[in-house]
Amino acid sequence: MRRFSAISLFREALGGHEKWPRQWRSPEPKPAYDVVIVGGGGHGLATAFYLAERYGITDVAVVEKGWIGGGNTGRNTTIIRSNYLFDESARFYEHALKLWEGLSQQLNYNVMYSPRGVLMLAHNIHDVQSFKRHVHANRLNGIDNEWLSPQECKEFCPPLNVGGAMRYPILGGALQRRGGTARHDAVAWGYARAADARGVDILENCEVLGIRRAISGRVEGVETSRGFIRAGKIGVVAAGNTSVVMNMAGVRLPLESFPLQALVSEPVKPAFPCVVMSNTIHAYISQSDKGEMVIGAGTDAYTSYSQRGALHIASHTLDAICELVPMFRRLRMLRNWGGIVDVTPDRSPIVAKTPVPGLYLNCGWGTGGFKATPGSGDLFAWTIAKDDPHPINAPFTIERFRDGVMIDEAAAAAVAH
Amino acid sequence: MLLIKCPFCGPRPELEFSYGGQAHIARPKDPASLDDEAWAEYLYIRSNSKGLHAERWRHIHGCARFFNVQRNTVSDAIVSTYKIGEEPPKPVEPGLEERSSRSGAAL
Repeated sequence: MRRFSAISLFREALGGHEKWPRQWRSPEPKPAYDVVIVGGGGHGLATAFYLAERYGITDVAVVEKGWIGGGNTGRNTTIIRSNYLFDESARFYEHALKLWEGLSQQLNYNVMYSPRGVLMLAHNIHDVQSFKRHVHANRLNGIDNEWLSPQECKEFCPPLNVGGAMRYPILGGALQRRGGTARHDAVAWGYARAADARGVDILENCEVLGIRRAISGRVEGVETSRGFIRAGKIGVVAAGNTSVVMNMAGVRLPLESFPLQALVSEPVKPAFPCVVMSNTIHAYISQSDKGEMVIGAGTDAYTSYSQRGALHIASHTLDAICELVPMFRRLRMLRNWGGIVDVTPDRSPIVAKTPVPGLYLNCGWGTGGFKATPGSGDLFAWTIAKDDPHPINAPFTIERFRDGVMIDEAAAAAVAH
Repeated sequence: MLLIKCPFCGPRPELEFSYGGQAHIARPKDPASLDDEAWAEYLYIRSNSKGLHAERWRHIHGCARFFNVQRNTVSDAIVSTYKIGEEPPKPVEPGLEERSSRSGAAL
């Protein structure tokens, strides 16, 4: 791997930037690996990277049916925060946030992590009470989160409309200053490049068609569109397609896959200083470094694998945003797309061993998985390497739905998030 | 946006409907006899089919009645709609059955 530095940048500039090598190989599949990761998104690539970097397992393949980062990793609105209500979630997302802070240095790849502050708006009394409870719970967990009055919201984010008779008035907001955004493509590419440099094979255009199991029940490998690949252990990180992949191993899950839409505007000069989100009206806004307003909507009502949603969902979000930020009313929207998010009943993820020996599962991130990418990869790699969950992800089992020990962020937020 | 044919009112835009989740999940006849595993299966485990999916919809801004829909979750094409209590029609589109059996759909 050619390291990126000021010197290497200068040297390549002299050659007109034509001599940069490929950032990761495109190898043929080997017949067998110690670990096969199913799913080449951010979480899967991060898992492979941490397996090699922290847990000494370098005989790893990441199999991806399309191209890496082409699913939800490249389709989300890149929001990073850790101010979740429950102790279990707070520990998990905070672990991820701490990794984000040093990620560009660790990967030698600029993921453009920008802790510009995430402001969650409250629009009614229920929101105010709920967010204040979040602020207090977060402080007990050592996570920064503060309550802002409407005027303080306006000072932190001047484009907001805090006065007047509005359908969704701003009654205050919860601000996590360490929250922010990162460039999602760079996260996939950075992890891919760093994992590849440590010996991980990244196999694109390699769709898993079946999971072969021995008579003992243990996994033997994966049937793929590029042939059978033997595997000592298999980690499934397939987001919206998790139910399909796990069905191949005979495991049924408490998951439903929904379309989640996002859209971007035409690029404009820097005008929006932070991330603003509103769970109540399902609007998530930030400005990318290219200048586009990046806008996330809520999920569509029905389950689907089509990677597109209905116009009225995006339109509802835009209605609300135009009221919250009146200067956006004349912006034109450039692109609109959808991703397929796998949602659990309690809106918390599953990062755990499964009833099938040698098969591990990382799924259920729903509408908010991007922020957890480094933490999810690290803890899932631990779980695979040690055949035992890390204390942080130990509560995030499949069995919690049977045993009634849910981590009910769904009820805490009263919306999908 | 989906165009959904309510079996009582005819085709209407999706805006008039609310989604009711996977269809044909029968409430246990003797709830007291269920163990935790069976409760979890009933409450939380879903087929999440890629392909043919049977689901409930309610025409909330119309006749307000529940009915069932068969939809292809890959293309979002609606294959059929039928009343509660009726047997789901056999899909006519070739390939749908194959996909749904591969993804283990329980209809």
